Amino acid sequence: MNRMMKIGMIASGLLVVLAIFAPLLTTYDYKAQNISERLQQPSLKHIFGTDEFGRDVFSRMVYGTRISISVGIIAVLIATFIGISIGAISGFYGGLIDNIIMRIVDIVLTIPTLFLILMLIVFLGPSLINIMVVIGLTSWTDIARIIRAEVLSIKKIAYVDAAKVIGLKESTIIFKHIIPNALAPAFVYMTFGISGAILIESGLSFLGLGVQPPVPSWGNILTSGKDYIETAWWLTAFPGLAIFVAVFSYNLLGEGLRDYFNPKLKREK
Amino acid sequence: MKKYILKRLLLIIPVLIGITIITFSIIHLTPGGFTVVNMQMNTKISPDSIMRLKALYGLDKPIPVQYFDWFGRFIRFDFGVSFIDNRPVIDKILERLPATILLNFCALVVIFVFGILIGVLSAVKRNTAFDKTMTILTFIGYSVPAFWLALLLMLVFGVQLKIFPIAGIVSMNFDSMNFTEKIFDIAWHLILPVFITAFGSLAYISRYMKSSMIEVLSQYYIKAAYAKGMPEKTIIYKSALKNSLLPVITLLGLSLPGLIGGSFIFETIFAWPGMGRLAYESAITFDYPVIMGVATIAAFLTLLGNLIADITYAAIDPRIRYK
Repeated sequence: MNRMMKIGMIASGLLVVLAIFAPLLTTYDYKAQNISERLQQPSLKHIFGTDEFGRDVFSRMVYGTRISISVGIIAVLIATFIGISIGAISGFYGGLIDNIIMRIVDIVLTIPTLFLILMLIVFLGPSLINIMVVIGLTSWTDIARIIRAEVLSIKKIAYVDAAKVIGLKESTIIFKHIIPNALAPAFVYMTFGISGAILIESGLSFLGLGVQPPVPSWGNILTSGKDYIETAWWLTAFPGLAIFVAVFSYNLLGEGLRDYFNPKLKREK
Repeated sequence: MKKYILKRLLLIIPVLIGITIITFSIIHLTPGGFTVVNMQMNTKISPDSIMRLKALYGLDKPIPVQYFDWFGRFIRFDFGVSFIDNRPVIDKILERLPATILLNFCALVVIFVFGILIGVLSAVKRNTAFDKTMTILTFIGYSVPAFWLALLLMLVFGVQLKIFPIAGIVSMNFDSMNFTEKIFDIAWHLILPVFITAFGSLAYISRYMKSSMIEVLSQYYIKAAYAKGMPEKTIIYKSALKNSLLPVITLLGLSLPGLIGGSFIFETIFAWPGMGRLAYESAITFDYPVIMGVATIAAFLTLLGNLIADITYAAIDPRIRYK
């Protein structure tokens, strides 16, 4: 384990803890409006200030962690499932199937992902589940490619031939003997996928197409930040910082994992 | 070379068709949409009027028929008229396109110039304070949400210091300016949006450039150049730089969908009158013809960018052409 991996793991783990224990860490109800205390500067009473409805920004941000982390993890699980299935099929069978699948991947890569996501969200309606599914559906291409490349090299190793010779079913070979060995590099992409999904979710919420208020997310607090940019800097500064810290933690973990799985680097050290 | 370009040009067609099919399916196969929204806005609307509305916009026909109708017009460069204001889609796109191309072109230049500069310098001065600072900065750059950075810059430079304008492409008194003032005015409005648009890819490209440069610098022909006594500057900036640029050119091409995709968040923030904002507006108002038009044009621009990158690559590196 290297240092980046350790710090990344601790930081992203803390975020999960924050998300799970949100009710214990907040003193205000994230929905409670208090018009007499609207747009207050950060103070001891409200450490991150209050928004345009007088709601405590700190409490909203702690609850916002739940949205970001759950979208990040579930979207990536969906993307991984699709990516692994498609990549493994493509790499294992090769030939025409591989060709068709890779051309589809090329096409998907050409559409600006954010535009595709925006369109899907608008037509399906913005809800937490839809956001998770749509981000998952549009971000499997990296994992599919890496798994395909891994499978291509693994299937040439003698143990796969041995498995064929003793008459194992193709599906058993793919799922029990090839995929587990191809997973290591996919972990790296999964970790980066989480930070990517957190970024997309906050962008969507910022545009008003993500989680709908009064449910708080870091992105939709930033929307108020933009509306009150001339008077309330704290509505812009803190939620953005939270997104940055979350994305940074998962990126750090991803970088650490990448080094960890890279045998070349190990030898250098 | 001619054969290679022709082959690549022909490959654009099936990809473009694939993209129009995907976009069309999303629009027409998902449950929400134009008629549903009309029903929600006007609860008294009768099923009869919905049918008439659908017939008016050609939405009553089977979906494959609708697609071929659209496709038949598309190959004659006719994207139909907008549902919202009945103006031809192509006009709406063409008036927005220059602002988007200007923004993305400037961003690409910034990415290319500064990305390579930072990458090369970090590789050459490996493990110095400069390299370490840049490593940390690019790493932070990866993780900063660009739209938040946009808001922060607006807050600091626009609202507090009042150095840069925070919205639009020209000032209010643009029409009364002379030519040089006009150019200066647009450039002034461009600085923040270009910085934000370039930001994410800049971190990515400079980092990639660094590792590519380090790899080239460890090759035998570089050692040979040192051994025969070539000046270090010639080795680094002629032999090594040229060879390490190759993969970066392809990456620039690949970063186009991200740039175009990102432009609708940034254009919305900076009130930039470009295609990204048109895309956003058309999507939230279910303006089908405009959505199709924007998606097709955006995909076409991306493919064109990739093509240019690949041709440049092939022109520099003969190994690609003869494969």
